[in-house]
Amino acid sequence: MPHDGHDHLSSSGHPFRKDNDTPLTYWQLMEISVRELMITKGEFSSTEINKQIEIMDARTPANGSALVARAWSDPEFKKRLLKNGAEAARELGFDIGPMHLIAVENTEHVHNLIVCTLCSCYPRNLLGFPPDWYKTKEYRSRAVKEPRSVLEEFGLVLPAEINLRVHDSTADMRYIVLPMRPKWTHEMNENDLARLISRDSMIGTSIIGSNP
Amino acid sequence: MNERKPGQSWHDMGGSSFGEIPKEDHDFAIWEKRVDALLVLSSAKGHFTVDGLRRALEDMGENAFENMTYYERWISAINQNLIEAGVYTIQELGDKMAEVKQRGQTYGSAQGGEA
Repeated sequence: MPHDGHDHLSSSGHPFRKDNDTPLTYWQLMEISVRELMITKGEFSSTEINKQIEIMDARTPANGSALVARAWSDPEFKKRLLKNGAEAARELGFDIGPMHLIAVENTEHVHNLIVCTLCSCYPRNLLGFPPDWYKTKEYRSRAVKEPRSVLEEFGLVLPAEINLRVHDSTADMRYIVLPMRPKWTHEMNENDLARLISRDSMIGTSIIGSNP
Repeated sequence: MNERKPGQSWHDMGGSSFGEIPKEDHDFAIWEKRVDALLVLSSAKGHFTVDGLRRALEDMGENAFENMTYYERWISAINQNLIEAGVYTIQELGDKMAEVKQRGQTYGSAQGGEA
């Protein structure tokens, strides 16, 4: 759906959500009804729902970037991250839940790409909601069959001599790509490094480029 | 070639050759975020697991994948699991949907939840 921008403000001073002004759909009606039934039945409160939305909203690719920047800056942390991704992420205070998290490292010889062919499994605790394209049948089907042409659609032409490894996620096991640190960043501190690290570089559809 | 092998379900997409990847993205609407929260909280209550969600999603079939949005499929699957778990009945859902529908023509006017 189109982004409404900020050119129309409601009386409260906040932008109108366009989505709320379109005719009520059957599935929205179901969402409202299920939510209210659950509250009436005492399963959870509206406060808990709002809280959960806040938790999810706070999960953005910046979490993953902080993790990668730490790994780039601290060789011992990087070892722990590659050995047990979930434990290393918890060290930085990220709630990973019960799932396994495997960090896969890009090197001069290996590039990694993550996908979920069966559904939409994604390291959402570290990267937030997945981009829509990650959930499309086009990405899911082709990432494991013709990953190099998929990468080219994202503007990344991978030299033939680089091995490309594609990792298929499951409900219980999520992957995150540890991008390769560019040499020109060798003097940068952890905070500045984190700002360089994009969401797509942690999915594997992008790399950290040359000095801008 | 998008022919499936015997026993391969529609959702098992790996290896097919669908077309160019659409790059459009969207900000999630509040109703979609609420669906997401309903899944997390219902699972935390032990009413069903992510496998239960996926079973319902996969049973919807390929048409649902083409014709419904992501969170439309999710709320349908969550609802199915909650009814199966006996949290509420299909009659209660029907009554509630009829009640909510009377509140207004838009999501904003029908959404409730502020109290």
